Amino acid sequence: MNINLTLLVQMIAFGVFVAFCMKYVWPPIMKALEERTAKIAEGLAAAERGKQEQELGEQRALEVMKEAKSSAADIVTQAQKRYNEILDEAKRDAVAEAERIRHAAHAEIELEANRAREELRERMAQLAIAAAEKILQKEVDARAHKDIVEAFAKQI
Amino acid sequence: MSAETLTAQEYIQHHLTNLTLGFLPDHGLTFAHNAEEAAAMGFWALNVDSLLWSFGLGYLAYRWMLGVAEKASAGVPNRAQNFFEWIVDFVNENVRGSFSAKNDMVAPLALTVFVWVFLMNLMDLIPVDLIPYAFSHFMGLFGADPHHVYMRVVPSTDPNITFGMSLTVFLLVLFYSFKVKGVGGFAAELTMQPFGKFGMPANLLLEGINLFSKPLSLSLRLFGNMYAGEMIFILIALMYGHNLVLDLSGGVLQLAWAIFHILIITLQAFIFMVLTIVYLDMAHSHH
Repeated sequence: MNINLTLLVQMIAFGVFVAFCMKYVWPPIMKALEERTAKIAEGLAAAERGKQEQELGEQRALEVMKEAKSSAADIVTQAQKRYNEILDEAKRDAVAEAERIRHAAHAEIELEANRAREELRERMAQLAIAAAEKILQKEVDARAHKDIVEAFAKQI
Repeated sequence: MSAETLTAQEYIQHHLTNLTLGFLPDHGLTFAHNAEEAAAMGFWALNVDSLLWSFGLGYLAYRWMLGVAEKASAGVPNRAQNFFEWIVDFVNENVRGSFSAKNDMVAPLALTVFVWVFLMNLMDLIPVDLIPYAFSHFMGLFGADPHHVYMRVVPSTDPNITFGMSLTVFLLVLFYSFKVKGVGGFAAELTMQPFGKFGMPANLLLEGINLFSKPLSLSLRLFGNMYAGEMIFILIALMYGHNLVLDLSGGVLQLAWAIFHILIITLQAFIFMVLTIVYLDMAHSHH
């Protein structure tokens, strides 16, 4: 319980411990703590940025979707239009084709009729000649009377 | 040491005597064999037990802190680092809360004070007779009389230790008072207030008491609390070895006091640290 040299020794020891603590212990641990604080702050900021980016992305996605929808609607209307056009065109083509076929048929019929008429006319001429031969009981020179026969045939 | 071989007074006296190394006129450099011899050695003597426990604990704490600090990483801390960071954070919070000036020394000082004082106080929780008994009988092997081998294991019950720490703090207070305020500023602070320049003697008296009460209160508070706590452990220890009832109630009392004492030793370490910070803050601030 006596105050003695212990006091001074303890004072020095205390000073030494404080100095060592200040030089070797405090700075590294403080550095680690500060670095960790910075890291955490960085992480939080990154998370915040990520969140913002996500929101932006969602917005963009929404926009893209809206655009896609409207362009899809456009495409559908265009297709509808094109379909109508094609339909009209086809109708027109079909009508023209029908007209053309009708014309061709007409022409053919005309041609057939003409041919038949011609045949008939020749046959009539022959018949008429034969009849005339029969009537005259003698052979008419077909070549000599060719003009007459033909004129006859034309009258038929 | 039971009361069969010693009277209660001798037992208490034995526990309150330091292992003192010093000069005696008759024997030269020697360990004191009783309290009278220790007192006769005067100022030029060392309380070897206090110093060894104090250095040992301080060195232990320092090695541990150094080991953790050197391996400290900013990544995921391991258990030791986590625990140390918890202490450092706690100390740093207190420094930031009470100390407004800029000084890189205060936080490490506060950390050293807190850890060291806490460990010195913690020695109080070791059963009072365990180490002294073992030590005196160990020394008995070398021919020493066990009854005259002393060993106090709680350094903070030695006023030399507590005053040693508080005086270092006091020197720091004086140093920073002069450094921050200048000689004139510090002198003005001591003499020009609170009564103005015509109340100079009264000012000096008041401020002087104010100044010197700092190291005194710092060390006496710690010493008083720890000394009283140790004394109660010693008194409880006196109850052992008589009969079963006293043994049992002694055990219960010792357990209860030890549990309560956990609070006291932590609180005293904390108070010592906070007051150190506050005194240094006052040394840095202008009035």
